[in-house]
This record gives sequence, structure tokens and C-alpha cells, in this order.
Amino acid sequence: MGFLDIRNVTKSYGPVEVLHRIDIAVEEGEFLVLVGPSGCGKSTLLNMIAGLEGISGGEIAIKGRVVNGVHPSKRNIAMVFQSYALYPNMTVGQNMTFGLEMHGVPKPERDRALADVAKLLQIDHLLDRKPGQLSGGQRQRVAMGRALVRNPDVFLFDEPLSNLDAKLRVDMRTEIKKLHQKLKTTIVYVTHDQIEALTLSTRIAVMNKGHVQQLGTPKEIYDTPANLFVATFMGSPAMNIVPATVVIENGHPHAAITDADGTPRYLRFSQANLAAWEGKPILLGIRPEAITDPEGADRKSGNIQPFTYRVTVTEPAGSDTFVTMTLSGRDTIARMRADANVAAGQTFDFAVNMEKAVAFDPTTEERITP
Amino acid sequence: MSAVTQDTAVSTGRITRAFIYLVLILFALFYLLPLYVMGVNSLKPLQEITGGNMMALPSEWTLDPWRSAWSTAQIGVEPTGLKPYFLNSILMVVPAVAISTIIGALNGYVLTKWRFRGDTWVFGLMLFSCFIPFQIVLIPMAVVLGKLGLAGTVPGLILVHVVYGIGFTTLYFRNYYASFPTELVRAAMIDGAGFFRIFWRILLPVSGPIAVVSVIWQFTNIWNDFLFGVSFGGTSQPMTVALNNLVQSSTGVKEYNVHFAGAILAALPTLLVYIVAGRYFVRGLMAGSVKG
Repeated sequence: MGFLDIRNVTKSYGPVEVLHRIDIAVEEGEFLVLVGPSGCGKSTLLNMIAGLEGISGGEIAIKGRVVNGVHPSKRNIAMVFQSYALYPNMTVGQNMTFGLEMHGVPKPERDRALADVAKLLQIDHLLDRKPGQLSGGQRQRVAMGRALVRNPDVFLFDEPLSNLDAKLRVDMRTEIKKLHQKLKTTIVYVTHDQIEALTLSTRIAVMNKGHVQQLGTPKEIYDTPANLFVATFMGSPAMNIVPATVVIENGHPHAAITDADGTPRYLRFSQANLAAWEGKPILLGIRPEAITDPEGADRKSGNIQPFTYRVTVTEPAGSDTFVTMTLSGRDTIARMRADANVAAGQTFDFAVNMEKAVAFDPTTEERITP
Repeated sequence: MSAVTQDTAVSTGRITRAFIYLVLILFALFYLLPLYVMGVNSLKPLQEITGGNMMALPSEWTLDPWRSAWSTAQIGVEPTGLKPYFLNSILMVVPAVAISTIIGALNGYVLTKWRFRGDTWVFGLMLFSCFIPFQIVLIPMAVVLGKLGLAGTVPGLILVHVVYGIGFTTLYFRNYYASFPTELVRAAMIDGAGFFRIFWRILLPVSGPIAVVSVIWQFTNIWNDFLFGVSFGGTSQPMTVALNNLVQSSTGVKEYNVHFAGAILAALPTLLVYIVAGRYFVRGLMAGSVKG
């Protein structure tokens, strides 16, 4: 049993079920990120934990207490909203202590809690201002401060960074992570940004169409995605998916990719179990950073396959150069060192780290597991 | 170095500008003419009006018509002046405006932030009430007031005006609160504030502009209402009815100067409300259409 238990939870609007049997147990101090495209049900699930939306089936328990039907204010949770939802008529200080005031905490105690949190978030000089006089980043801090002041069991974040500009978003991301490491609080965090999910979380639940597609650590999600959706949703640029056929050469399974001129090329798999798929079509998944120039290849990898191919486009992006080629009719992106000597239209010697490659069943779109 | 101007108006030549102002001033004068006539004639003795030019300034200034209109003029059968009726109107209009505005605010709050099944229907029906002509409800309203024992009393008039005003005030507040972020209400819920606490602490403090709109609208309508006043006023008739009785009396000499003074007295409170709150009125009407 976890600290926050989501057991078999469903949500329906009339006959339409939008969340299907969600099962997640969050341990104390965990940072769970719910990530998925818009309309996947992640915000609905968060609102159900908060008590802002009813639960159609199953149950949610916080610290072992089932909270179905318990009023949001009695769940000992705090929420940070996307729009920050600061009360415009109150000062920053009043905003932050409003919850305590509503819970009947005496004034001296409120002031003490306020002072502590304001110092922690470095917003002590803003306490007398109105939200309208603050910048986006400051409002964000105040919104977090309002949540922190109450010292709740669970923090809920609903896309808190999506209203900030790109640079500030990265800064606040680090800030939130630091805060979590310092306070060791339990956090459920909703975002559609997969980078946020990977950087912040201790565990990620990737959601799509009301189902949890995969629940696991960022590394599990990134390296061994459960299905095609997770593979393509997480990571930027997305994982390359190339149609291939499994062939056995020298007793090892290989992925056979058909060239533009019809000649097959072989890439040896590290997973021996793929031998069972001999002669069958699969979808080969390779992360862009697993395709490099030979000098840039991962030295620890036990299975680097050379691969010579024609380059279609190069996109220098400062720290990296992205190189596009066309494999089996699909654009495939390789991530090179910035100073790799590649030019569009030339053939180039790539090195493919097949240890990192995954294979998917083209009909079920599930990963073929060892 | 020239300062950066924020003037977005189309720049015009000096002559064009002079012409525009001239036209505007002429229109303003024309528009103010009735007020001038009323003011000037309420300050003259009666002979000056009956014997000469309505447009001329008084040759003998006097406040007697005002005193007469206020406290001694013949209203119906009593020589009471408009004073008691003015009081009736105040006693009616203040509670009626306050109650209908508060109910409208609560309705708007519920219809936008505590949605329920069929709420759009409820709102639609309330909107519909804005389009019902006064005359249609006279008889049913008389029956209801009679059954409640409120016929011919100030509370009866208050009830009528509140019922009639709720449609409008609900419309104002609903549309205003519709653009109020629901996340704020949710945040307050998580913070532990209840239904009324959220209304009182979160929504009302930012409802100033729309409350002004509602108050001005209701005040003008209720103050200026004649039909309900004359139908249900009984012994406590409002100012408008008294003014009618003063002006329309068919016996005796028509004291135009007293009539003018009475009419200005009757219009004064609404004028005052517009002067005090007028700029908020425009601001409130524009709220929501432009952000910030």
C-alpha cells in the first residue's frame, strides 16, 4: 500500500468513459509525473485526486484513508494551478495564508509559516504586493508558496510551468526539483512536456486516451518504452521507427532494412530472443543519439554496428547536429556531435548502437520483450 | 529630442479640428436646451412665463417654485408637495436596488461557478423575463400582492421591482463572472473556503465595475418607473406618480414654474447617480471585452 493510492479508478461523463481503470501507488516522497497529449485524461485524474471532480469508479486513498467524496479542503492536499489562480484582490501574503485562515489557524502561527516559506522561496520582499504587480516567475513562486505554507501530505501541480517563457521554464524546473530534494514531499505533477517529465520525476505515468500506457522510472520509460506510443511520445527528437524484417545471420537475429535501391542492410540485434521472429516484419526503434559518427559512438556499448548511408539533410543545433536520412521510406534522425563532418547529399559512415535498439510488434504496437 | 507620443487618434489640421469642435459644441448646446429651459423657468415667477419668452433669463430670480414643489404644492387632494413621495421613492428604490443586485450577483455566481444540470435553461428563462412587458404582469401581480397582504405598500413595490430586476442583474453578473477564472474558485475550495466565503472574499471584491452597472441600471429603472408605482403604490406612491399628479392636474392655474422645479427634483437622484458613477458604468460595460 502506498502513500497515495489510486485503485481501479475510472471516470465517466454520462456513457462516455474517459479514464479506464487507473492503478497507481505513489510512495511517500515520490515525484510522480503524469504526462500525455492533451485530452489524455491526466488533468482529470489530478482533479480527482484533488477532489475537484467526482470519482466514477474505484477509489483514491491518501495515507491509507479513502478520500472518495471527501471535500478538497479536508484531503490535506495543495494544488498549484496552470494559471497560478492567485486571488487578485489580496496581497501576496494574504494569498499565501488564505488557506490557513480558512482552516482556523491563529494569526501568529500563520505569520510564522508565511515567513518560513517566503524565505525558502525568496519572495519575502513581495509579500505586500498584489499579484497584478508581479512578473510571471514571481507569480509562479507565490503559487508554490501558497501550496507549501499549508504543509500538505500531497502536492498537486497542474502544468505549472506552461505559462512561462522558455528560459524561465527551465530555471523554475530546476527550482522545483531542488525544492523536492530539499523537502522530500510527495508530488503529483501533470504536464504535456516530456522533457519536464523526464527531468523532474522519480516515476512517470505516460497516459494516452484515458489509459496509463506505462508507469516507470524515467530511465525505464526512455530506454524500454512499453509500446509505440510511449516510444514516440517521450524523447526529442522522437525515437526513429523503421519498418524492418528479422533475419538470422551467423546464428544472430538481424534487422533487415530495405534500401532505397532495394538492397537489404543488416543490423545485428543484441536481444537473442528476437530469433523467434525470423522472417516476420517488426518495427525497429532507435533513439537519435544511438546513431552517431564512429568516433562519437558509446564506448561502453557491446554492439556498435557500422552503417553507411546517404544523408538527406543536416540541421546544426549548436550543441548537436541532427542528420536526417531516409530509411525504408521513413525520415530517420541521427544525433551527431556539433563538429561532426557531415554534409547533405554525401554518404556517411554511421555507427548504430544496437544495444539501445528496441523492436515493436507492428500489429499490437507493443514492445517485443526479452 | 521628441518624446514618443501614445496618441493613436488620426491627426487632423487645425481648421478641421476647429470645425469638429464647433459642430460638437452646437450639438451639446442643442442637447442641453431642455435642461436650460427647465432650470431657467423654475427660477421665475409664473407671470414671467405666461407673459413672455420661455427662453429668457428670469428678470426676477426666485426660489419660491422650488419650495412650493417640494413642500406645499397640491398633489392630488393634499397640499403636501413632493417631499413625502420623494421619501417613498427613496424607501422603495434603495432596498429594491440592493436586494436585486445582491440576488443577481449570487445568481451569476451559481450559474457560472456552481453549474448544475439544466442551468442554461434556468438562465434562459431568467433572460426571458427581461422581455416581458410590464403591462402583461399587472393583473397577476396585483393578485399575488393582494394574497401576500402587500398591496399598496412600499414593501410590495420593492418586491415587484426586485422580481422584475433579477433578470437583468443576473444577466450582468453571469456574463461578468463567466470570464472570471474558475481555477480561482477551485483554489479557494482547496484552501477550505465554502460557498459564501468564496463569494464574499474572492468574487465580490472584484465585482465593482459590474455592481456599478447593475446599481445604475436598477436605480434608474426603478426610480423612473411609473406604471408599477401607480398600479401598486396605493397610499405610498413614488415620486413619478406624484409628479404626474402635480403636472397633470386639470383644475386651477397651471403653475409651470412649479412643474419645472418638480420635474428637476424628480430627475435629480438619477442624475446624481450618473455623475458619481457614470465613468464606472462605461468601464463595467466594457469589462470582459478588453483584457486588462
